[in-house]
Amino acid sequence: MKHKAMSAAIVAGAVATAVAGLSATAPAHAQAKEKCYGVSLKGQNDCKAGAGTTCAGTSTVDYQGNAWTLVPKGTCVSMELPDNRKGSLTELDRDLPEA
Amino acid sequence: MSVQPSRSQRVDAAIPARAGAGLKAEHIREILDSGADIGFFEVHAENYMGAGGMPHRQLEAIREKYPLSLHGVGLSIGGEQPLDAEHLKRLAALNKKYEPGLFSEHLAWSTHDTTYYNDLLPVPYDKATLDRVCDHIDEVQEVVGRKMLLENPSTYVAFQQSTMSEIEFLKQITKRTGCGLLLDVNNVFVSCTNHERSPEEYLADFPITDVGEIHLGGHAPDRDDEGRPLLIDAHDREVDDAVWKLYESVIRENGSLPTLVEWDNDVPAWPILLAEAQAADRILEQAREPDLKRAV
Amino acid sequence: MQSEMPVADFPPKVSVGDFSAALWDPDAETPEGLIGPDGAIAPKRFSVYRNNVIVSLCDALGQTFPAVTNLLGEDYFRALARAFVAEHPPSTPVLMWYGDMFADFIESFPPLQAYPYVPDVARLEWAWVSAYHAADATPLDPAAIGAVSPDEVGQVRFERHPAAAVLVSRWPVWDLVRINRFDPSAKIEIDLHEPQSVLITRPEFEVEVLLLRPGGDVFVNALMDGATLGGAAAAAGAQVPEFSLSDVLSDCLANGVFSDLRTA
Repeated sequence: MKHKAMSAAIVAGAVATAVAGLSATAPAHAQAKEKCYGVSLKGQNDCKAGAGTTCAGTSTVDYQGNAWTLVPKGTCVSMELPDNRKGSLTELDRDLPEA
Repeated sequence: MSVQPSRSQRVDAAIPARAGAGLKAEHIREILDSGADIGFFEVHAENYMGAGGMPHRQLEAIREKYPLSLHGVGLSIGGEQPLDAEHLKRLAALNKKYEPGLFSEHLAWSTHDTTYYNDLLPVPYDKATLDRVCDHIDEVQEVVGRKMLLENPSTYVAFQQSTMSEIEFLKQITKRTGCGLLLDVNNVFVSCTNHERSPEEYLADFPITDVGEIHLGGHAPDRDDEGRPLLIDAHDREVDDAVWKLYESVIRENGSLPTLVEWDNDVPAWPILLAEAQAADRILEQAREPDLKRAV
Repeated sequence: MQSEMPVADFPPKVSVGDFSAALWDPDAETPEGLIGPDGAIAPKRFSVYRNNVIVSLCDALGQTFPAVTNLLGEDYFRALARAFVAEHPPSTPVLMWYGDMFADFIESFPPLQAYPYVPDVARLEWAWVSAYHAADATPLDPAAIGAVSPDEVGQVRFERHPAAAVLVSRWPVWDLVRINRFDPSAKIEIDLHEPQSVLITRPEFEVEVLLLRPGGDVFVNALMDGATLGGAAAAAGAQVPEFSLSDVLSDCLANGVFSDLRTA
């Protein structure tokens, strides 16, 4: 898709504004930013055996048939949803936006 | 552009005959801030195979202050298929990058066809397996360009087809490949209990002169179908008293060796893991100054 | 002809293939030849290996996808991970690379069809871990673009920083990941009809997750595809009237989206 190019002056002006803004207020830019400083991920490879003789590995999974009876139930309850619905997970079978 | 300090900023690579600890990401800041007094750290190689970022930055910071041991957990040396050439290259690159004082892997398999099972699975002790394992170790030592240590496994089943003991199998491997051994005393206790053998007799036969490092760790008690004790190599708690006793006798009879305490599940606060390493250090010190300590 | 196998003389051999097949199939018998100390076949002992494989792989997924875990609940997540592991076991021993297909799997997972926003939460978490391990690179110094002459600045093309990525979503994926992972105590009004596109970067060692301003996704994606600054700005402006070049460019420069620029 071709777009009519923005005028060189408009682009140059916006660049100048952006660069000037950054040098003036270096860390305090206005855009919302997720703070996850200091997050260091645990390594995932280990040489340990954890599960012992539980039956974790000895049950089959059947989600195509009728065996799947679990219902998602999040633990994070602080989420507020529209229409005063509360909970961490919301089923969207009726209010799906159109694709 | 990566931030690579010159190698002269690093401490000497050689691992001292002291206690070390398995490095956990959640402890790194406290270790560096407190300048922890500990002989060395060991990492699982696969956790440092990303291209860059925080893990490498943290490991470099550790490597500057402490000797490092590199412990592979995913090469599948006991597998039936050829070694993963790409994975072997990654191990070689990590050895080059961090210059670890020791490099070790397991007597186990974990990959078959294209699936990686993420567990250290057992091998039968027979001639065909021995030939294969020796070929694989030759290849590892050639590609990585250094001697490796092979760790004795924790096992839960035995193979009826085995024609030799684990010790005989390990002795043949060191003789044919020139590799060293990593003696995991907890694995000895776990496997001997699980197969109803004497850990003392196992250790008496163990080719201790080939051992370059010792591992200690915690295990979880369980029971098999017939209600017999079945120990799980869980690395989720303090080293068991019985394992400390075995370790003490190994050190008393053979002198001090680099000793690592592993704790991988339910990882405790750093001071608790450090205390385990210090307990190992006290046993190592006794071996260094036997007369002085016995007089006390 | 003998009617019985000479068991004592030829103990059954268990190949790695036999072992893996039984490991992977919970209904399979323990391979004959794997024994306990009494010499008898040892199913419960063999199940230790089965458990280790499944549990450790589900644990690895849980570490990569904590927001998905929180959204669905621990029990549901374990069952979902178990189903994923069975269909898509890892093909690499490096588990930081395991889970790239998890979001697509969730999207096609019949029991979760009524929760169509969950796959994008997984996509954002996968982008986070990819950025965390991406190659190191020094972000472009904003002064470098400031130094380009006004005549030429519209023709500038950028080199993408190895950690930078854009996730375009029809769902409030930024809010969902914030509240389920980074900031669980935040009081956020989540509107499930609000599309949010997110910028993931790692200027140094900390991963940044930013909500993109209007048109930001079009702009940054165009630049990452090699468009000129002027071309990308025109594309974003044409699609999204509220697009502000100076604001979005400022976000990009402040957060290390680029590692270099070319004026030719």
